[in-house]
Amino acid sequence: MITRREVTGRSTAQPFFTGMRAFLIRRGIQAIVVLFGVSVIVFILLHLLPGGPARAVLGIRANKAQVHAFNIRYGLLNPLPVQYLDWLNQLVHLNLGFSYKQNQSVDSLLAENIPRTLILVGVSTVLALVVAIPAGIYQAVRRNKPEDYTLTGMSFLFYSLPTFFLGTILIIVFSQTLPLLPSTGPTAALPMIDQIPNLVLPILTLTLVTIALFSRYMRSSILENLVQDYVRTATSKGVSRRAILFRHVLPNAILPIITLIGLSLPGILSGALITEALFNYPGMGLLFWNAAITDDFPVMLGTTIVVGAAVVVGSLLADVLYAVFDPRVRYS
Amino acid sequence: MIGGEPIDPEVFIPSRSLADAGEAKSGESPLRLTIGVFTQNRLAVLGLFVVIFFALFCFLGPVFYHTNQVLTNLGVEDQGPSLKHLLGTDDVGYDLLGRLMVGGQTTLVVGLVVALLATSFGVIWGAIAGFTGGMVDTVLMRTVDAMLAIPTLFLLLFLASIFTPSEGLLILVIASVAWLVPSRLVRAESLSLRTRQFVEASQEQGARPIHIIARHIIPNVFGTVAVNATFQVADAILAVTSLSFLGLGIPPPAANWGSMLSNGVNYVYSGYWWQIWPAGLCIVVVVVAFNFIGDGLRDAFEVRLQQR
Repeated sequence: MITRREVTGRSTAQPFFTGMRAFLIRRGIQAIVVLFGVSVIVFILLHLLPGGPARAVLGIRANKAQVHAFNIRYGLLNPLPVQYLDWLNQLVHLNLGFSYKQNQSVDSLLAENIPRTLILVGVSTVLALVVAIPAGIYQAVRRNKPEDYTLTGMSFLFYSLPTFFLGTILIIVFSQTLPLLPSTGPTAALPMIDQIPNLVLPILTLTLVTIALFSRYMRSSILENLVQDYVRTATSKGVSRRAILFRHVLPNAILPIITLIGLSLPGILSGALITEALFNYPGMGLLFWNAAITDDFPVMLGTTIVVGAAVVVGSLLADVLYAVFDPRVRYS
Repeated sequence: MIGGEPIDPEVFIPSRSLADAGEAKSGESPLRLTIGVFTQNRLAVLGLFVVIFFALFCFLGPVFYHTNQVLTNLGVEDQGPSLKHLLGTDDVGYDLLGRLMVGGQTTLVVGLVVALLATSFGVIWGAIAGFTGGMVDTVLMRTVDAMLAIPTLFLLLFLASIFTPSEGLLILVIASVAWLVPSRLVRAESLSLRTRQFVEASQEQGARPIHIIARHIIPNVFGTVAVNATFQVADAILAVTSLSFLGLGIPPPAANWGSMLSNGVNYVYSGYWWQIWPAGLCIVVVVVAFNFIGDGLRDAFEVRLQQR
C-alpha cells in the first residue's frame, strides 16, 4: 500500500484543503457567486425596460396581439424564476440575443468589437505601467523635493481631469493647433497596424488617465516599503542604495499592482467607453454607446453581461496571481 | 478617476507621518481641533473658497447677468467674446457665460444631492452588513460586489437610456450606483467597531441591534463617511458631466457643463475656443476643489495630527 507520505514526500499528514488550494477554492466560489449576482442584475435590468422586453424590441407602435405573441414566443409569461433559468441556459450556450437595429446577432457583434477594445485597453495599460512604475520610484526616492511635488501635482491633475476633456485637449493640441494627428480613431478593419496615426490619440488618452491612477499608488507603495525593517537591515549590512531599491523594495512594491490592475478593470473599461465614444473608435464601448442612444436593448444587455463577467474573471486572475507570488495572502 | 469609477484613494495613500503631529496641548474641543487642522491645509481652504465662489457664481450670477437660456437666437450664433456676450455664444445663440451659470446650478445640485443620498443609503447598508455579520453580511456584500463588477458607466448609460432623464431621475440613477463605495467602507469600519468595548457593553445592557447601529456604530464612522462624501460629490459631478457629454443627460434647453463641452467639441476645427475651454475648465476646477477639500478633511479627522 502506498501511503500519503511516500507520494508527497511530506513527513506529517496534512489535510487536503491547505494553503493555496483552500485559497483557490474560497476565491473561486466567491467569483462564481458574484457572477451569478451579475446575471441577476442584468436580468433585473432586462425587466426594467419600459413596457417590458416585448415593447422594447418591437417598438412603441406594436399592438397588443403582437406583444402577446412575442411574450408567448419568448416565454415571457412564465413565472420569473423559470424565465431566469431559461435565460441563464441561453447565456451558457452563448446565445446573447439578436439586435434588430443592427440586424446581427449580439454575440457576432461582440466578437467583432471586443478584440479592438482589447487592443486599446491592453496597449494603454501596458504603456501606463511602463511609465508609472519608474515615475513612482523616482517620486519616492526624491520624496518632498520639487520633482516629487511636480509629478504628484501632475498626476493629481490628470486624475481629476474627466477623460473626455483630456481627449478633447489632446485633439485640440495635436489635431488642430499642430495638425500632426487625425482626430478620429481607425476604421474597423483589423489589423489596424496601417492606421497607426489614428491609433495614437485614443491610446494616449486612455494611457494618461491610467498612469495618473497607477503612479499615485506606486509612490505610496514604495514609500511604505522603504520604512520597513528589512530595508534597515539591508542598509546596515552595507547593501548599496541602488541594490536595495531594485532587488528588495521594488519586487515587494510592485506585487500589489497586480491587485490594483484587477481592481481598476471596471474603471479602465469605463474610460475606454468614453475614449471610444470621443474618437469614434470601433470597439465595444462605441457599440454600447450607440446601442444606448438607439435603444438597442439586446446589445446593451449582452455587452453588460460580458463586461461584468470579464471583470469578475479578471479580478479573480489578479488575486490568484498575487497569491502565487505572495504566500502571506493565502491565509488571510 | 477614470470615466466615473472611483478607486478609493484612502486605501492607497498614507496620510502624513506621526512625526508631523504637534506638541500636546490640552483643553480644546474636538470640533475646534478638526477645524484647526483643516485650516492649516492651504489647498483644502482654497478648495472651499473655490466651491463657495462657484455656488455664488451659479446661483447669484443670473440675478446680475440676465440671459435667456430657453429661447434660441439663431441670429447671433457662434460669436466670440464681446461686450454684449462676455464669453460669446454657442451654435444656437445661447449666451455662454449665462449658460455656464445655469449649467453649473444643475451640476452642483445633482452632485450634492447624489452624494447625500448615496452616502446615507450606503452607510445604512454597510453598517447593517458589518455589524450583523454572518449570512446577512455575505448576501449584502456579494450584492455590492456584483454591482461593482459592472463598470459604472455601462450601468449609468443603460439606466439613463431607459428612463428619460429629468434632474430628479438623473440624481436617482447616479445615486443608485454611487452608494456602493460608501457601503464597503462603512462595512469595514463597523466590522472593527463591533469588537470594541462600548459596543459590547451596550449589547450586555440589552440594547437591540438597531439601537446599537444607530447610536454607536454610525456616529463613530462619521469621519470616514464625511471624507468619502466629499469625494462622492466630485465623482457625481464627473458622472453627470460624462453622461451629458455622451448625450444622455437632461435634454436641451437644459444647460449642463458636460453637454456644453460636447457641443463645443463639434466645432474644434472652427476654432470656437470659447465654446470648449470655459465649460471644461469649470468642470476640472470644481472637481479638483472637492478633491482638495476631501484630502483636507481626511487629514483633519486623522486624530494623531490634532494638537491636543
